Amino acid sequence: MAEKKRYNMRISGLGGQGVVTTAHILGSCLDNAGKYASLVPFFGSEKRMAPVEAYVRASTHPIYEVGEVIYPDIIMIYHGQVVTHGKSYTMPFYTGLKPNALIIINTDKDVLSEEDCKVLSDLKATVVQFDATELALKIAGTELATNMAMMGMLLGLTELVTTEHIEKAVRERFLGNSFVASGGTAALDSAIEKKFKKKEQLLAANMEVINKTFEMADSVDITGDELIVRLKV
Amino acid sequence: MSPNKRPVLNKKEVEMNYLLKEAPREQHFITGAQAMSEAVKRANVDMAIAYPITPQSEVMHLVGDVFAQGHIKEYYRAEEELGTMSAIAGAARAGIRLFTATSGPGLIRGLEAIVSWPGHRVPAVLGILTRVINAPLSIQPDNLEMAYMLYSGAVMLHAENQQDTFDFTLAAFAITEKVDVYIPVAVATEGFFVTHAKGYVDMMSEDLVYKPFDPVAAPVPAMDNETPPARIQRDAPVQKSNFMSYLIHSVWQQEIWDSNSRAMKYIYEYLGGPIEVQNPESDIFVVASGCAAAQAREAHRYAQEEGLSVGLIKVKAIRPFPKKEINEVVKNAKALIVPEHNIVGWLSTEIKACIPNGGIVVDGPRVYGGMTLPVELIMYEIYEALGIEHNMKL
Repeated sequence: MAEKKRYNMRISGLGGQGVVTTAHILGSCLDNAGKYASLVPFFGSEKRMAPVEAYVRASTHPIYEVGEVIYPDIIMIYHGQVVTHGKSYTMPFYTGLKPNALIIINTDKDVLSEEDCKVLSDLKATVVQFDATELALKIAGTELATNMAMMGMLLGLTELVTTEHIEKAVRERFLGNSFVASGGTAALDSAIEKKFKKKEQLLAANMEVINKTFEMADSVDITGDELIVRLKV
Repeated sequence: MSPNKRPVLNKKEVEMNYLLKEAPREQHFITGAQAMSEAVKRANVDMAIAYPITPQSEVMHLVGDVFAQGHIKEYYRAEEELGTMSAIAGAARAGIRLFTATSGPGLIRGLEAIVSWPGHRVPAVLGILTRVINAPLSIQPDNLEMAYMLYSGAVMLHAENQQDTFDFTLAAFAITEKVDVYIPVAVATEGFFVTHAKGYVDMMSEDLVYKPFDPVAAPVPAMDNETPPARIQRDAPVQKSNFMSYLIHSVWQQEIWDSNSRAMKYIYEYLGGPIEVQNPESDIFVVASGCAAAQAREAHRYAQEEGLSVGLIKVKAIRPFPKKEINEVVKNAKALIVPEHNIVGWLSTEIKACIPNGGIVVDGPRVYGGMTLPVELIMYEIYEALGIEHNMKL
């Protein structure tokens, strides 16, 4: 997939899952890889479990356009309730999806309805399903690394950047001092920092999650005709 | 006025041409609001006046910081937007360089005073960071308010991105003070998409500053003890006969619009012209101003990648409107697609009115209420105009 010039991504999740953080880190990853990115966060009241969307454009060329991504070719769903409960600014979650798109859903069970599957099949989409939260718990020991698992899976499947670019971006985000986080995000930052004795350990745990998702992405073929690809964690 | 001691800065005073075209620049990653205040920092502004009504941008807040750092001599916090704009007119009579900025409802509230500025020969720079002006409430960047400015007599520039916002604002200070212009210059850009988003801006050192305003060289004398207000008031047109009042008003306003036209040569001098054209030999053009030009630029690139005969016209100057320049480029065009961030389509109306075959203008795509203008909507119109089969479901 790497030769494609441009990806327009929509990330939908719930407050506290690191949706906006993922967008920031993705932007830095692409910058580190000498590519271009722009990102737009979108949220209402800033609280846990409230719908959050973030949009990321990634390209090998400079990006001129601004604003939200209305017609994505990649969608990431961080929580099953985005699909099942409509916890999203975009309803249904695949509104505006372009043909041949990639959808990654964090879930341990099938969440797509028959109707969803019909629409997505017609658009020749590929849905990759895996329990990112379980993976984060298993490897990093905290569900706060769920966003790392989701981002790792995306970058593993698209081959947009290498793990070195990601490590640099994650390091900047959690160990650097140039990033200004919102109040809620700052609180979660300190929560995850307390979990690890040293920030280096936090970084290592995050990278372990990402490396694992790269392995999983490597082992799977998403070029086939099947709509849903289920990955075991 | 201020009891607080402020830093005295030693800056090198230079001409606008040197500042804009020759001074070495360094790249910064800043918001559009920062870009505008950075331009003000280098413009040797004597006085900033504001009362930012919500929704505003951060511009006048940042200009307050610029004042505190010593780059501006005075900052007056007015009562509200009508007070702000009236204070600008009053302060102009003292022969000083002035800056204010406003947004959406604030602009509309100040409009009564603003439309009197050109007739009063007020050389000020007005930043317009567009916001929704009508109900239901939204604080997003709809640019309908610019339509209300079109017949004010002011020169109007529309910036595409953060870099334009910086360059246009600086150039505006030189244009507004030209003896053969001497009317206000408005620099507009979209709120949020440009003002709140970061982009790359090449800026010259802040040790350089535009040469100070020279009230002696100005075509309207500053009021002081030699030229007291009463002396001017004595000859007020309304104190003459009705006939004199009509006559003075009519020749006066003709002169204002001539001044507006004469600003064009300075738009060429400082900004390289009122329009930017890509692929001038194309069959169809996307014509856009402000932030819509960024979306149009993206659509233009997609069209190039698909080998389509599509050009781009970015309209930088809304007043004076580049009639001659647009006509020259589009004389063989088959369709003009005009994407806009407002419901009325003021830009497409302007374009239709200035070409002999207005029927080639495609009305839209338009988004309003401050919605994102998807590039896909422009591509859809391109395919339709070229008669290309597509399966875009938008």
